[in-house]
Amino acid sequence: MNLLYFFIWSLLKVIVVTVVMLLGVAYTVLLERKLVGRIQNRWGPSRVGPFGLLQPLVDGAKSFLKEDIIPTAVYKPLYLLAPMIALGCALISIAVVPFGDPGIAVSGFRLFQISDVNIGLLVILGITSIGVYGVALAGWSSNNKYSLLGSLRSSAQLVSYELALGLSLVGVVLRAGSLNLRVIVESQASKGLLTWNIFGGLQIFAFFIYLMAAYAETNRSPFDLPEAESELTAGYHTEYSSMKFAMFFMAEYANMITVGCVATMLFLGGWTSPLGNILPTPQNIVLRSLLPIFWFVLKVFSFLFLYVWVRGTLPRFRYDQLMNFGWRYLLPLAILNIVGTSLWLAYK
Amino acid sequence: MHLILFLLFAGLCLAGAINLLLQSHPINSALSLIVVMTSLAVLYLLLGAEFLAAAQVIVYAGAVMVLFTFVIMLLNAGREERTLGSRAARTVGFPAVVVILAILATVILHIQGLGAATMQDGITSTEDLSTILFTKLLLPFEVTSVLILIAILGAVALARRGDGDTERLAGK
Repeated sequence: MNLLYFFIWSLLKVIVVTVVMLLGVAYTVLLERKLVGRIQNRWGPSRVGPFGLLQPLVDGAKSFLKEDIIPTAVYKPLYLLAPMIALGCALISIAVVPFGDPGIAVSGFRLFQISDVNIGLLVILGITSIGVYGVALAGWSSNNKYSLLGSLRSSAQLVSYELALGLSLVGVVLRAGSLNLRVIVESQASKGLLTWNIFGGLQIFAFFIYLMAAYAETNRSPFDLPEAESELTAGYHTEYSSMKFAMFFMAEYANMITVGCVATMLFLGGWTSPLGNILPTPQNIVLRSLLPIFWFVLKVFSFLFLYVWVRGTLPRFRYDQLMNFGWRYLLPLAILNIVGTSLWLAYK
Repeated sequence: MHLILFLLFAGLCLAGAINLLLQSHPINSALSLIVVMTSLAVLYLLLGAEFLAAAQVIVYAGAVMVLFTFVIMLLNAGREERTLGSRAARTVGFPAVVVILAILATVILHIQGLGAATMQDGITSTEDLSTILFTKLLLPFEVTSVLILIAILGAVALARRGDGDTERLAGK
């Protein structure tokens, strides 16, 4: 009976989280188009629905209805597998993220986290590192030189920046003493803004290292060399059309959201309120469960906003600059941060 | 439940390993190796070693194998030619493999003092693992890291010397 309960609850949570995630992906695309539009002094999509709010649905319908072209010279098994790996890995890693107060549970099952894993942070890193194969295999199996160049760039870039990304998180783990995401969030909860890792935890350098490494990991501007359209047409997904292209597109935005969630949990206090205990905890159970979600979504949203802002402002790196930056600056800085944090914790 | 998962992933692991040998294209072999690595990670998890499982996925499946596929893609390695192999290798090789496996199996079965690992619900936490690693097993741990350092230095030295040689040759 207990097993059945567990199964039903997990299934429900998985369905709800996946649907919300996909909606989030659709509206992040709209957010990007709107914001980049305003940055470039134009309106962005504004025709479909009020303020263009129904644009993502129309886009989705369009990619479904487009003809699905598979070029003759591709290596078919991997060509078909690649978008599935990309989107699958992008959607799976959300499973360990706690969205809201874990105290709120129905008959022992937490409502706002699919699974509470001891090594939650490592699970996210592991799944993201598998996601590289989506891009790498897409480029190779397409049998197109632009695609191949794009995926070669992407593999090299992801392996290089993964190091800096992982090392920048070590300081936070040292402070919390755990790899469990729930524990990491709770370790920053006591005094709101002041005890967030980015301020009170003195992890501000780690935050910026993470920020830059994460932009490179998600292939976003200014590190979007794998799909640099001025030199590689469209990079690794040149030969993909219709829904297969849409799957890569969705994977990219889902990865952005995951990265935003990780930054929120590790540096910005997760679902806890930035005001700490100044606001009294509401007695109403609905309010008490919705307020943490509000803070969480707000933090992730501001992170996504920053993503788009950066894309609208900064030009693309050159490839050698990218590699130099990753290995010569970010990596040593991340190691220094670990040494500094350890010394500080040892002498505190 | 544990047994079902064990059989499933042990089977997947073996299938991946056999497929790795049978495939003629290097990229398919590399992908089979990834399947082997990830199913090994699940087997570690079944034994309660969660940190080891995550490290296996991140390091082997996520970094080492990405480099493998990177090199295969970079060199654009084509289909391997299938040779039938020499008759001597076949007549001596297969019995030799059986003998070696038999010896290894008997040795492992006879050593009982190594402690047993069983499939269980309990999980060895990262804290326990690191406590043992940094107290009881500190020397082997540090020696291993020195070994890796030597490997890095060796790689750098080899790469450097290659550069210098071409310059010297050009100078002459």
